[in-house]
Amino acid sequence: MKSSTSVSFQPVSAPDFVPIERLRALQLARLQEVVTRAWERVELFRRRMDERGLTPSSIQALDDLSKLPFTVKSDLRDTYPFGLFASPMQEVVRLHASSGTTGKPIVVAYTKEDVDVWTSVMVRTFACCGVHRGDIIQNAYGYGLFTGGLGAHYGAEGLGATVIPISGGNTDRQIMVMRDFGVTVVCSTPSYFLHMVDRAAELGVDLRELPVRTGVFGAEPWTESMRKRIENLTGIKAYDIYGLSEITGPGVGSECERQNGLHLFEDHFYPEIVDPETGEVLPEGQEGELVLTTLSKRAMPMIRYRTRDITAFIPGVCECGRTLRRIRRISRRSDDMLIIRGVNVFPSQVEAALLEAEGTLPHYQIILTREHGLDQMEVQVEVTPEVFSDKVGALEALHKRLTQALDHILGLRVEVTLVEPQSIRRSEGKAKRVIDRRAQ
Amino acid sequence: MKIQQLSLFAENKPGHILGPCRLLAREGIDLRALTLADTQRFGILRIIVSDAAKARSVLEAAGYVVKVTEVLAVEVPDRPGGLAEVLGVFEGTEINIEYMYAFPFGRGEKAILIFRFDDPDAAIARLREAGVNVLESGEIYDR
Repeated sequence: MKSSTSVSFQPVSAPDFVPIERLRALQLARLQEVVTRAWERVELFRRRMDERGLTPSSIQALDDLSKLPFTVKSDLRDTYPFGLFASPMQEVVRLHASSGTTGKPIVVAYTKEDVDVWTSVMVRTFACCGVHRGDIIQNAYGYGLFTGGLGAHYGAEGLGATVIPISGGNTDRQIMVMRDFGVTVVCSTPSYFLHMVDRAAELGVDLRELPVRTGVFGAEPWTESMRKRIENLTGIKAYDIYGLSEITGPGVGSECERQNGLHLFEDHFYPEIVDPETGEVLPEGQEGELVLTTLSKRAMPMIRYRTRDITAFIPGVCECGRTLRRIRRISRRSDDMLIIRGVNVFPSQVEAALLEAEGTLPHYQIILTREHGLDQMEVQVEVTPEVFSDKVGALEALHKRLTQALDHILGLRVEVTLVEPQSIRRSEGKAKRVIDRRAQ
Repeated sequence: MKIQQLSLFAENKPGHILGPCRLLAREGIDLRALTLADTQRFGILRIIVSDAAKARSVLEAAGYVVKVTEVLAVEVPDRPGGLAEVLGVFEGTEINIEYMYAFPFGRGEKAILIFRFDDPDAAIARLREAGVNVLESGEIYDR
């Protein structure tokens, strides 16, 4: 039932194949432009450059980028909501937001030109994955404040494919649509797709018998063995894509048909790999933290944004012929951020929620598991003398308060378990905050 | 009039009641009454013991969260209607029973009811007015 996957060159991919010298010249011109824009229009960038005696004319070569200060996630939080905007609101056509660490989200903005660039990189992402006009794309990324849904949607339409904006959830309907609409491409988090695969099997639907042939998976780290499992169970080709809201959303990088590292669309997002401790730029091939600078973003330029994602450049040119540099799959993070069903979660957010609900911070532990391919998050909370009651109703109310506070701050359904005091194992007095059993 | 009841938090898992019971046994503390309130998620073990202060310190030293609450013990004849008579005393009042439990006493002629009231003082006054025997703490240990 699967059509052959002939991946022919698509004109939309032309920027992926630009000769390296021309690519570098374009990057430098765009870098100078974006640094000037950030310095002129964003107080934080200007102040930090001034403190170091830097001006936009300090950027004479791409290597000069390393002189500029980093931008970190807390800068977005500290300037909430609009403090890093470089465009007046009249020019901003879209706002998105992702979860922050204190219940306040991080806000990102796009001008019309930014949305066009975002669309173009998502078009190139799909092309990288061998998707083309005539494909029927089931977009199961969440629509809404999360950038995944609309990012993939615009890319799919920009490619000229047929897009089904089904969003996440309602798995039985997903499977019905996949079968009845003749879907050829699915976009989702890899864990949600695995969940769909399991459910399809329960419903007696064999994905190998359906026309679906490609999965465009991102928004969370996953492994090579998970890819093998998906591909073996369904007969599709599963591609890894990369992106983050602070930079644009999905569309920062994508695997090509070689499935050997992710090409970064570096004509728009300039990559560096730095030592997460010292911030020094590392030689090619060495593992470190990915730092990205948006080269064409207008509403919200990011200069040397610390992604906290740990990876390395893959030396050499890809067999596909693209000149874009490749990074290895994201293996881990340099901070304690967890990605649960595509949602970013910091243990500090869990603490903030517990503090809000109880008034004091109890001992707690986060336990992550995977059931039917779906991430499950349990928060175990020790009952303290302050909150304990001899009345069932009072403890039920406490449980509800904790669940609601976590739901509110994380934007994620969490199972709360009240446990006996001292039952969470401590080592040297400190409890291990996160037990991740998802890989088991 | 008021009797000290100890409440302990217990996870709803096998074996979680055994720990505190063993601990009290080792210290020679006698359990006079016990009830377990359980939900799907957790349980609350409520006990009345011969030496509440000692039991509390033993349990807390072992890491349990213990809450001491004042409850009332009422003696009723162990026959049909015994409980209804006591409950009838509160009919038409604003006194609310948070929870209660009962255990037989003596050689089966009497039962003791343990009440947790939202307002124990008002409850004592009402029970006395109605001529119901509210037990002193010593009475349920020593008889």
